[in-house]
Amino acid sequence: MCEYCGCTTTPEDIQIKDGKGVIRTRPADETSIEVLTGILDENDKLAGHIRDHLADHKVLAVNLMSSPGSGKTSLLEATIDALESKYRIAVIEGDLETENDADRIRAKGVPAIQVVTGQTCHLDANMVHDALHALDLSDVDILFIENVGNLVCPASFDLGQKANVVLLSSTEGDDKPAKYPVMFRGADLVLITKADLIPVLDDFNPENARRHIRELANDADAPEVSARRPETLEPWLHWLDHQVAEVKAASADRPAAHAHHHHHHDHGEHTHPHAHTHATILDH
Amino acid sequence: MHELSVCQGLIGQVERLAAEHKAERVTRILVLVGPLSGVEAPLLERAFTIARMGTLAEDAELEVHEMPVRVWCDACREETEASLNRLVCGKCGDWHVTLRSGDELLLKSVALDIPEEEPAEAG
Repeated sequence: MCEYCGCTTTPEDIQIKDGKGVIRTRPADETSIEVLTGILDENDKLAGHIRDHLADHKVLAVNLMSSPGSGKTSLLEATIDALESKYRIAVIEGDLETENDADRIRAKGVPAIQVVTGQTCHLDANMVHDALHALDLSDVDILFIENVGNLVCPASFDLGQKANVVLLSSTEGDDKPAKYPVMFRGADLVLITKADLIPVLDDFNPENARRHIRELANDADAPEVSARRPETLEPWLHWLDHQVAEVKAASADRPAAHAHHHHHHDHGEHTHPHAHTHATILDH
Repeated sequence: MHELSVCQGLIGQVERLAAEHKAERVTRILVLVGPLSGVEAPLLERAFTIARMGTLAEDAELEVHEMPVRVWCDACREETEASLNRLVCGKCGDWHVTLRSGDELLLKSVALDIPEEEPAEAG
């Protein structure tokens, strides 16, 4: 069943029509094929595979997205400090250039894989899949995927994550959700970061930000946090606890037959779209 | 501009369909795009002129149907048109709505040029 419109068309029941009355008049030698599949079908299938694989290993995967400079890496550093004794954490870092962010995470003693995307402005499932090959998932409770800093492009690509977390820093406008509706509509949680600066800024009202999120028909919470004030991270850490608990509970329900323990990414059972990006994976 | 990545995905699908049906070339591609898919129709069209080069879709025409943003309100039991960044019921203004249309990113159909099979020559 097509996830977009609820129709029952699948790639297997493609109809072939001989050009009469389909869409518009066309030359007789032209054959029109009704398809109705997602254009990002390849990406979505691979993301589904990643999701299954993560579930088998009881790993919570969180896709962190925001504009550049809103504090994703600082939030991760503070989160690692708060949770390192409780959970085993791993990070996939996406950046156009440099390994700087991964180095910051590694300095905390946490495994970090850097995906250098070159000219690609977002992570896609293929890059995440490649990065996962460099991680031992049996040793991970929470996988943070820090997407490329960009409020537009990453919104269109499913990475196999359980949840999308979007950061909105207080130094940006509180109307960002209205300006970037695709990104904020898909957020499961919004974190208003650099909240320690709100008292000195006269143009950021967290309530306005929340109202704009509601107007995207999204009931996601939007707590105010600051990586510099660990006590403010409480709602975020509590949310992570809840998500981890859900992953562990769901995994317990999964039939054992689904477990992928018998293979290491069995490439025989699916095809990977390896062709389109030239990302570099750096794990050291 | 992620529209190029999206286009490459599109061309990949179209080329697979063409190969499946033994087509010589792709003549037309129809896609449905809603603004909440995150893909801009004009950018998609421009990216297509690059992505199609050297493929079976090199001469294909890309037709993009832009889909309206429509939401269903549970309280009013009605579907109304909404704007991209105000997904609220057009009647009562409530945000407890379900998106009915507007996030599509679909390959609707493909027109192929399939050569007729030549009868095997006797001899």
